[in-house]
Amino acid sequence: MIDNIIKVGMADLKHTLHPGTLTTLGLGSCVGIALYDTKTKIIGLAHIMLPWSAQTKNNANKAKFADTGIELLINNMTDSGASKSNIVAKLAGGAQMFSFSSVSDMLRVGERNVEATKEVLQKMRIPIISEDTGGNYGRTIEFYSADGRLMIKTIGHGISYI
Amino acid sequence: MEALSLSPFHLDVLKEIGNIGAGNAATALAKLIDKKVDMNVPQVRIMGFSEISDVLGGAETPVVGVLLGIHGDISGYTLFLLQESAAHILVNLLMGKDPYDKFEYNDMSISALKEVGNILTGSYLSSLSNLTGLSIMSGVPGIAIDMAGAILSVPAIDFAATTDVVLYIETEFIEGDESVIGGFFLVPDSASYTKLLKTLGAMC
Repeated sequence: MIDNIIKVGMADLKHTLHPGTLTTLGLGSCVGIALYDTKTKIIGLAHIMLPWSAQTKNNANKAKFADTGIELLINNMTDSGASKSNIVAKLAGGAQMFSFSSVSDMLRVGERNVEATKEVLQKMRIPIISEDTGGNYGRTIEFYSADGRLMIKTIGHGISYI
Repeated sequence: MEALSLSPFHLDVLKEIGNIGAGNAATALAKLIDKKVDMNVPQVRIMGFSEISDVLGGAETPVVGVLLGIHGDISGYTLFLLQESAAHILVNLLMGKDPYDKFEYNDMSISALKEVGNILTGSYLSSLSNLTGLSIMSGVPGIAIDMAGAILSVPAIDFAATTDVVLYIETEFIEGDESVIGGFFLVPDSASYTKLLKTLGAMC
C-alpha cells in the first residue's frame, strides 16, 4: 500500500481519502486542526493563523481563520463522503514563541487561536479527543488516515503521538 | 479607508535603507568579533506570508530568532534571524574561540546571541530612522531557538492579518572563508505601516 503524503502550508487546508497522510511543518503560534472521520477514515488538516475572520478585513482566504477554516474543511470532507457526526478532532500548535514580561496582544495570538478553535469545534459538536497546544516551542505534525494518529515532532521536546 | 500598498518606489527606498542598514550591521559585527567583515548587497524582497517559512533553508531548519519591540513614531516589532549553525559560529568568534568549537547553550551564550541580535537590529533600525526622520526606539530583546517555520509564524501571522505581504531583508556577512546569512523583518502594526509608507512616499 503506497501512502501519499500531502503537505499543508500556512493558511491552507487539505483532506484525503484513506490511505493517506497529511503533514504541516513548523507550527508555531498557528494551530493545526486535524479532523478524522472514524468510519470512512477520511482525514483533513487545517493550518490556521488567526482566530476570527470577522476581526480582520483581509479575510478572503478562509483557511487563514479558525472559524471559516474549520467550516470549509468539514464541508470538503463531507463532500468526499465523510459524515459530520463521525468526525473527531485533534489539535496541535498555538505556542507562544517569544516570552516577555509584558506580552502585547499581538504576541499572544497562539493562545487566542486555540481558544477560538475550541469554541468553533464545540459549536459544531465536533469532539476534541486530544491536543498538544501551548508552550513555547514549534511542532511539525503528521496525521495518518489508518488509525487517526497524530505525530508531533519538536526540537528539544521529543516526538509524541496523540 | 483604502489601505496603502507598497509601490516600486517604496521598495527602492527600502532597498536603500536595507543597504545602509546592512553596511552598519557589518561594521558593528566587525567590531564585535574584531575581524574584517564584508557583506554582500542585501536582498530586499516582498513576499507573500505563505512563502515566509521557506527563507533560511525551510520550515524545519533550526534558527535563532531575536525579537525586539519597537516604539516611538512607529510601533510594532522587529525579528532578526540566523541559522542556528551560523549563530554558533558568530558567538564562538565573539568569545574568541575557534568558529567550529562545540557550542553550548548557557546564560552566557544566550545573552551573547541576544546581544548580537540586538546590535544587528539596531543597525537596520538606525538606518531606517536616519533616512526617514522617524524616531524609533527598541525594547528588551527576546530570543527563541527553534524551527524556522515556528519562529516565522510570529511575523507571518501579523502580516496575514494586515497586508498579506512581508518585507524581508536578507544579508550575507562574510569573514574570511565563513559566511553567515541574516534575515531581518520589520513588523509594524497597521497604523504604523500606513505611517511608514506615507513617510517613504514623501521622500521622492
